[in-house]
Amino acid sequence: MYDWHEIGALDDIPRLGSRVVNTPHGDVAIFRTADDQVFALRDRCPHKGGPLSQGIVHGHRITCPLHNWVLELESGQAVAPDVGCATRYPTRLEDGRLWLGLNNVVSLPSASREAA
Amino acid sequence: MNAKERLVLVGNGMAGMRTLEELLAIAPDKFDITVFGAEPHGNYNRILLSPVLAGEKSIDQIMINDLNWYAEKGIRLYAGQEVTRINRARRQIHATDGTIAPYDRLLLATGSNPFILPIPGNDLPGVIGFRDIKDVETMLAAAQTGKHAVIIGGGLLGLEAANGLMKQGMQVTVVHVLDTLMERQLDPVAADMLRASLEERGLRFLMGANTAAVLGEERVRAVRFKDGLEIPADLVVMAVGIRPNIELAKQAGIYCERGVVVNDTMQSYDPRVYAVGECVQHRGQCYGLVAPLWEQAKVCANHLARYGIGRYQGSVTSTKLKVTGIDLFSAGDFNGGPGCEEIVLRDPARGVYKKLVVKENRVQGAVLYGDTVDGTWYFQLLREGTDIGAFRETVLFGHAHMADSGRDGFSVMTMTDDAEICGCNGVCKGAIVKAIAEKKLFTVDEVRAHTKASASCGSCTGLVEQILAATVGTFDKTPKEKALCQCTEHSHDQVRKTIREQRLTSLRAVFDFMEWKTPDGCHSCRPAINYYLISTWPDEAQDDQQSRFVNERVHANIQKDGTYSVVPRMWGGLTNPKELRAIADVADKFKIPTVKVTGGQRIDLLGVKKEDLPKVWADLNAAGMVSGHAYGKSLRTVKTCVGSDWCRFGTQDSTGLGVKLEKMTWGSWTPHKFKMAVSGCPRNCAEATIKDFGVVCVESGYEIHVGGNGGIKIRGTDLLCKCATEEEVKEYCCAFMQIYREEGRYLERTAPWIERVGLSYVKARIVEDEENRKALYARFLDSQKYAQIDPWAERASGRVDAHEFQPLRQVG
Ligand SMILES: Cc1cc2nc3c(=O)[nH]c(=O)nc-3n(C[C@H](O)[C@H](O)[C@H](O)COP(=O)(O)OP(=O)(O)OC[C@H]3O[C@@H](n4cnc5c(N)ncnc54)[C@H](O)[C@@H]3O)c2cc1C
Ligand code: HEM
Ligand code: SF4
Ligand code: FES
Repeated sequence: MYDWHEIGALDDIPRLGSRVVNTPHGDVAIFRTADDQVFALRDRCPHKGGPLSQGIVHGHRITCPLHNWVLELESGQAVAPDVGCATRYPTRLEDGRLWLGLNNVVSLPSASREAA
Repeated sequence: MNAKERLVLVGNGMAGMRTLEELLAIAPDKFDITVFGAEPHGNYNRILLSPVLAGEKSIDQIMINDLNWYAEKGIRLYAGQEVTRINRARRQIHATDGTIAPYDRLLLATGSNPFILPIPGNDLPGVIGFRDIKDVETMLAAAQTGKHAVIIGGGLLGLEAANGLMKQGMQVTVVHVLDTLMERQLDPVAADMLRASLEERGLRFLMGANTAAVLGEERVRAVRFKDGLEIPADLVVMAVGIRPNIELAKQAGIYCERGVVVNDTMQSYDPRVYAVGECVQHRGQCYGLVAPLWEQAKVCANHLARYGIGRYQGSVTSTKLKVTGIDLFSAGDFNGGPGCEEIVLRDPARGVYKKLVVKENRVQGAVLYGDTVDGTWYFQLLREGTDIGAFRETVLFGHAHMADSGRDGFSVMTMTDDAEICGCNGVCKGAIVKAIAEKKLFTVDEVRAHTKASASCGSCTGLVEQILAATVGTFDKTPKEKALCQCTEHSHDQVRKTIREQRLTSLRAVFDFMEWKTPDGCHSCRPAINYYLISTWPDEAQDDQQSRFVNERVHANIQKDGTYSVVPRMWGGLTNPKELRAIADVADKFKIPTVKVTGGQRIDLLGVKKEDLPKVWADLNAAGMVSGHAYGKSLRTVKTCVGSDWCRFGTQDSTGLGVKLEKMTWGSWTPHKFKMAVSGCPRNCAEATIKDFGVVCVESGYEIHVGGNGGIKIRGTDLLCKCATEEEVKEYCCAFMQIYREEGRYLERTAPWIERVGLSYVKARIVEDEENRKALYARFLDSQKYAQIDPWAERASGRVDAHEFQPLRQVG
């Protein structure tokens, strides 16, 4: 199950760019593609933990800034021949507002739950 | 009804299957594919039959695609079925077992047949060619029972067969009609050296011998020559050449000459029928090596997929003999002709012979014997038409000599398996060899993708090519002009030319006009195009932040833990108490863990958090400091020595000149990083002779040195000219930077750029042509008007790219 969080407006993210949302799961990178689709992946490359949000978005893919692994935004899977996967989170766009779904199975410290 | 178009491939060999692989990669669902192959196997690497014969490899090791592969890809394979007829009117093919298959597109890749001499007895059992697995099996069986083998033909194939059979314990005689071996690849000197060393290993040669007949009743027994000589034979291998296999096409009335005639898109005279491989004749040429086939396959796949880009324009080929222990390489026109000169190195003691044929300082051909390490390099010089004027005297000592002298006689195959080849990604030789064998890799790109070797700085590409060559027996040949990346067929130079000629000023315009294959490029092409746009149209093109690598987007260097480093500019390496105080304060205030003096004479603050960057910059700006661009493909530092102000040897004010040069050039973007230095006398304490642009002051003026770099491959500068005044130095400096900005390829430093275009070219453009120099100077200064804006100040103000430095939101 997911808890949905409002995280901002579509235009807060540049086209072919990315922004970070800090969450109790760690940082989540939110990507906007040329066709205005929005994807969310954990901001840690499966290779050596590079910050994916700092990479280059092309098509529905992201290239990690540290060693150029390429990941599919939709699935988080690394493009062959590399093998690995970044956790994927669902996103929603409603009336120009962006929503990010976080898995609520993770036990949150109570203080931050109140903040949410 | 099946809605997909039907593609039928005749010939399950190297060229045909390569085309299918290329096709599946770009248009996996376009066709319903059927393959007919006369051989009862999957697809295998034919060139490795030689090592199989020599007992160095097994059949399993040379399979490229086994039967499962076809099933996985949904390809219908009729292995062991020969196609006997094409009915072009009904668009069907007929196979030996009566199968009829309809097609919308037909691909012919029937390869070639060994030429069998038209002499009596040529059809006796025990007389064969050397072409496929069956031939190898026949030879291996003959080696079990028979003793004498006669190989007719002293070319590449014949010698590989001879070597293999000798290894299998047979007594082998090679019969050649001419007086020198491999006359199509070797000059007489190299041919004689080869012959001597093969004789030493136990091969016998009959040179200038004309075969008259093969004798025998049930089986071959002997071979007779025109002069009456007879020698015993239990096996005769004819390796006197190949003939394109065009029977099928001819019968169907498809236009053939020596081969199936195709145009630059690999289409035959029947537009529904394509052809690739050895059965093809293109611009009058038939090929017998795999490298051209790879290029044909790529083009053909592209047209089958209806992308309609890419033309095959013929290939320059190179060859290597795959006889373990003998190193032989040949490429291009090695006999020379009018206007050609030969550069020759002979070292009989080491058994080394190297010859380059050169015309107007460009390599036309090469023959190497005994030491072929540099084959790849010479072949590259040949293909790219590089001017070798600057290193002509040492060219035969090889690339290693140029790069870092002192590694004489170095050969990659003498390295052990745990020797590191790719220092960037820590890949050792054994891993590369293993990946090539297990994953059936053929090209440097594939090795790069699977092992990451040479995927980073690329300086080990030559070594990887050598390993590949030694392991699979041939080179991948990149097309003459390498495509910029996988999103396009166009090269760097074509893209830049089009941007200029068509006045393209945005990435979108380039993608549309040049028909990019991907919607918005990739991490390789976007930064390159962005650079070409802003360097060509400094006043018009928008710098696209999303096409910049993160360092250039956030104006700091990303570190391995995701923090950043900050290096403020210190003009000519000078600083003062105020700046130092500001740096110290910033380091305290933002708890910056490491403060380091760089090799570029300035101070690096390492481990800054991204959110803190704008605040750090604001504080540094307040003390008068600006970005040092330590993160950019741009002017880095101008290193100086203390010069005449203080030093007892100093001849000129090197520090002052360095400051002037840095103030003039900071902020400019270049194809790759650009470093300068000014030394006050020839003692050269500022190391000006390993910089992109270096000045060495002398009593009478200033020496200008260009094209040096440190790094993995040290290259000392070339002396460009001498200047009398500081004003002149400034003009040369800008002119040199500008010509490199306009003509260097993205991510090509000045050192490889100069090696590619030649120092004499650079001299002609900026030393001898004063008008052009002044024009370059003016263009440089003009573009600086748009470039000299401190990116830190812009961002510290919060008005530019604020989104880069703040998280979007905190939740949870
Ligand atoms: C022993 C040996 C060593 C070699 N070494 C090198 C080397 O070191 N470097 C190099 O560059 N090149 C080398 N070559 C050459 C290289 O192997 C060929 O250039 C390459 O295999 C040609 O590919 P192709 O697809 O055109 O033909 P092939 O690979 O021969 O494929 C043609 C296929 O079509 C099948 N076929 C033909 N007619 C029909 C039909 N009517 N119906 C169904 N199937 C049919 C054939 O059985 C065959 O399998 C070597 C070749 C040999 C034999
Ligand atoms: C090809 C290999 C090289 C790479 C990839 C490389 C990369 C880098 C990087 C990333 C930095 C910035 C460090 C930071 O502040 O975060 C840097 C700085 C520097 N490098 Fe290199 N470097 C290479 C080779 C060299 C060589 C061979 C030299 C010296 C001969 C050199 C001299 C310097 C200097 C002096 C600096 C500091 C630059 C400045 O003060 O602006 N580099 N290099
Ligand atoms: S290069 Fe010459 S002038 Fe400069 S510090 Fe060294 S010795 Fe002195
Ligand atoms: S950490 Fe992403 S590619 Fe290495």
